[in-house]
Formats: sequence, C-alpha cells, structure tokens
Amino acid sequence: MSENSLEEFEKVSCSVQITPDTIVKVAHLARLAIPENRVYSYTLIIGDILNLVAQMNAVNTDGIEPLLNPLDATQLLRADEVTETNQRELYQSVAPRVEEGLYLVPKVIE
Amino acid sequence: MAQWETVIGLEIHAQLATKSKIFSGASTAYGAEPNTQACAVDLGLPGVLPVLNEDAVYKAVIFGMAIEAHIAPYSVFARKNYFYPDLPKGYQISQMDLPIVGIGHIDIEVDGETKRIGVTRAHLEEDAGKSLHESFHGLSGIDLNRAGTPLLEIVSEPDLRSAKEAVAYMRTLHELVRYLGICDGNMQEGSFRCDANVSVRPKGQAEFGTRAEIKNINSFKFVEKAINHEIARQIELIENGGTVVQETRLYDSVKDETRSMRSKEEANDYRYFPDPDLLPVHISEDFKAQIKAELPELPKAKKQRFKTEYALDDENATILTSSRPLADYFEAVVKQSGCEAKLCANWMTGTLSAALNKAGLDIIDSPVNEQRFASLLARIADNTISGNIAKQVFEALWQGTDTTDEIIEAQGLKQITDTGAIEAIITEIIAANAKQVEQYRGGNEKMFGFFVGQVMKAMQGKANPAEVNKILNAKLS
Repeated sequence: MSENSLEEFEKVSCSVQITPDTIVKVAHLARLAIPENRVYSYTLIIGDILNLVAQMNAVNTDGIEPLLNPLDATQLLRADEVTETNQRELYQSVAPRVEEGLYLVPKVIE
Repeated sequence: MAQWETVIGLEIHAQLATKSKIFSGASTAYGAEPNTQACAVDLGLPGVLPVLNEDAVYKAVIFGMAIEAHIAPYSVFARKNYFYPDLPKGYQISQMDLPIVGIGHIDIEVDGETKRIGVTRAHLEEDAGKSLHESFHGLSGIDLNRAGTPLLEIVSEPDLRSAKEAVAYMRTLHELVRYLGICDGNMQEGSFRCDANVSVRPKGQAEFGTRAEIKNINSFKFVEKAINHEIARQIELIENGGTVVQETRLYDSVKDETRSMRSKEEANDYRYFPDPDLLPVHISEDFKAQIKAELPELPKAKKQRFKTEYALDDENATILTSSRPLADYFEAVVKQSGCEAKLCANWMTGTLSAALNKAGLDIIDSPVNEQRFASLLARIADNTISGNIAKQVFEALWQGTDTTDEIIEAQGLKQITDTGAIEAIITEIIAANAKQVEQYRGGNEKMFGFFVGQVMKAMQGKANPAEVNKILNAKLS
C-alpha cells in the first residue's frame, strides 16, 4: 500500500463503493479509535479486501452447492441440562463495581 | 380527507421453555437472585465457546411444523453487533440469512371470519440481560440472569390491517406456543413480547408507507392501544403535511402514547456476520419425522373435534380448547364421569371456572382435580344428587379432601327418589295448604311453584325434582 495516491483511492472506492465516511462510521459502530490521518489508508486496505470479495462474487457459481462453513462439519448439540452452579462471587471479584448482586455500569439512558 | 389503510407486521419474541440457556448450562429459572444464573459464557468472558441446546432446536422445529413452515435443513447463526451493557459480548447471537424456520402461516379469526397471516420466518437467538436504572448513585445495575435465555423470534408478513387483527394474531400465536409446550406465555415475566411495525398508506396505493417500530409491548391490551395510537399519530402527521420517519418508538402505557426511542439512525446498523464459534445446524429428515410424530393436536383442529365429537356449541368449544390443560381436563372428565359432554362443559365453564377465577387459579392448580370433578358429575347423572345440591358438594370438594361420596354421605345429601316418601310429604303439604290448592285449581298456575318450594323445604332440597313435579301434578289436578 505504498502508492496512496488520490487517483488510486478513487479507482478503488469507485469499484467497491467504500468511502472514508464509511470507514469512520464503521469504526465508530465497532468502538475502534482510528487516527484521522489513517482513515484514507484504511479505506484503501479495506477497499482491497472488498475488491477481492467482488472478484469472487463475479465468478459464475451456477449449479455449485453453497458452502456454509469452511469446516466440513455440523453443529453438535448438548442435552438441555443445568450444569452450571452459582459462581457469582468469583465472577464479580473481577468486576469494577458491584452492588446488591448487580454489576454497576455508567448510567444507560434510553 | 383521504381514506387510510393500516399495514402492520409483528415480531414476537417467545422465550423457549428450556431448563438451561441456549448456549450454556446455566439455569433459565425466573426470579433468581441477580447474576446467580449467569455463567462465564453468559458473561461473555474471554475464551468461552457457545454450545447449542438441543431442546431449543427441537422447540423451534416443532413450532415450524405447527405453522406448516419450511424447516431449513441447514441454518446458520450470526452475530448482531451492538453495544449495550446488558449484552456483555458486544453482540447477540441470532440468525440472519438462514433462519431455522422459513415461510409458514397462521390462521386468525376476526369477527367470525378466518384470515390467513403469513409468517416470514422464525429464528433462534439469545435474550439479553436486564438493566435497572433506579438508585445506584447515578449508575445502572445489570442483572445477566436472563442473558442467554433462548428466544424464538417469529416475524409476520405485513398482512395485518388493524390493531384488532394484530391482537387476534398475537392471541392465536400465544395459544399455539402454549399448546406446543415450547413457551410458558407469561407476559408479566416477559416470556412473550411483541414489537409492532406500523405504517399507513392511502387506500388503493400499492407501496407501503414508511413504518415505525413500536418496541416491547407486553400485554394484549397494550398492543391494541399502542397500535391505534400510532396509526392516529401517523395519519395526523401526514395530513398536516409532515412525513413519517423510520424509527423505533416506545409505548408508554401510562400516558397512552408512543415516543421516539433512538435518535441515531446508525444505532440500527448491526453489521451481521456468521458467528465463527458456531457451525451450521443440520436438521435431518429423521429428526423432522420424529418431531412430526410428537406434534400435538393443535387448537383449531381440537376446537373442530370438540364441536363434532362432543356436540359442543362454538362458545363452549372455544373456551374449552383455549388451553391444552383445560381441554385435557374436559376430556378426562367426560371419560371418567360417563356424563353427557354438554353437562361436563356447562359445569366446567360455569361453577368450576367461576371458582378458579375467584381464587385466581389456573386449571392445573385446581383444588378439585379431574377425577374428583368427574365423580361429582357422575352423581348428578345417576340421580344421587340434584344440580343444586351438587353445588354444595362442589364447595366441600374445593375446601377439603373428602371424596364426593364421603361428602354426600356425611352431610346426608343423597337425593330422595323414593316416591313413597315424596308422596307422603306432598299429601301433608296439600292438606295443610287448602287455600293455595283452591287457588291453583282455580287457574292460578303460579301456585305450582309454591308447592314445589314447600316440598323441597320439607325435604331439605334432597327430593328428586322430576319426581316431585310428577307426583304434585297428579295430586293437584
């Protein structure tokens, strides 16, 4: 990713529809801090990844069974039994604040 | 003024009645001390892995079969990402592209008409915990006992056209999940909750209007009120030149209004992706066949059968099939008492249901179980006691543990069918009431009731009424 030219960026963003705004928005949704001066380079890197996806999407897959998971296996199920015991004290020993058995967090306002 | 049409779709969250959580072995029992049923998986601690509960899958599939839906041979769990303290992992495990239950339908009845409502899908997901906002020095308290409780989210097509239809759909679904035994249906405890998508459009317009989603409505009454309020709000808004904004609104039952809940549009961008911790769930044909064999008789079929097999009218058939325990109780009573089904139905919807209502009890908690109730009705049918005396016996059955026969014996309630004894009393009463006899014979037919009353009083209500009528008629004419 050495050539971070605007021209290059426009080419990429045009083909996969990703913009710096999207990067900023997704970073916010994921609560990731991205320095402002890295936004363009992230746009390019992620644009590259999406371009690869776009390339794969372009392949004709008619008649091919979809792959749900790269592992050739299905989910194992467990019997519906209560196997856990109450370990509240242990779990809460690492919590910053607890009261009356509740975990305390900064006020959530709806 | 334009004619408006309402379009409603409902998303119903039914908590599945499993013993343990959907992805962990912690208990789902309601009402435990905070966080005593929240294990490492439910807390989202690093390094833990979810393992899917077999019974949650079973319950989702049996629901799908009951609504004649397509059951996905392979379904996939996805992560729905958002940050909220009652969701410690930062994502909810849900299903997006490949839900376990596909397109099906539910028939509802409104004003005597049947309407078919499409079900788009039903998918498995985990419930979140609970936030408590009161008095923690400006902080919120989090209880994660509910986190990880299995939910089946049932999404309807936008086929509902009024609040009334929405309520009928919700009630039908509520009855169905209880019939199937997959959800306890307790709305106060949040086991059955509803979000409503509401929009309006000018009559005749093909495109839908912009919808608002009303969240977490927890009673049938509030569904109707919340939707009607929202319809009125949208129509007023449009007619005053405004536009409806797509948003989530919260119904306030105290003020009877909805208000905007989330202002940030991006809060709804959940960035779903397949959960790499879980493999695709495979539902085999064998598993489906096994479940199909275990599918109970459903409310609609049962109601129809009650009407034909027991000759019940629509009202009684509707009441007695409104829950499976009630229907089972009725059938047990008919079988064990050997009485006419109509008599059983009337006693159940009358005396028994009045007593249950008064005590605030459900049929399964009735102090008079089906055997004892059947024995009471059997004694009416074989003329041991009259209907009036039976009410007295029922009281005693309700209060104590004696059997019907013990109560009848101990209180001397056995009906007198000995015609000689009844005749003797009637002769006495006629002799002592010459004036009334004269009135009756003079054409005052109302006096007949007076004589019946006198005989019953003299015999403490135990005389067989049919015999009394017969003998009185013969003696007075």
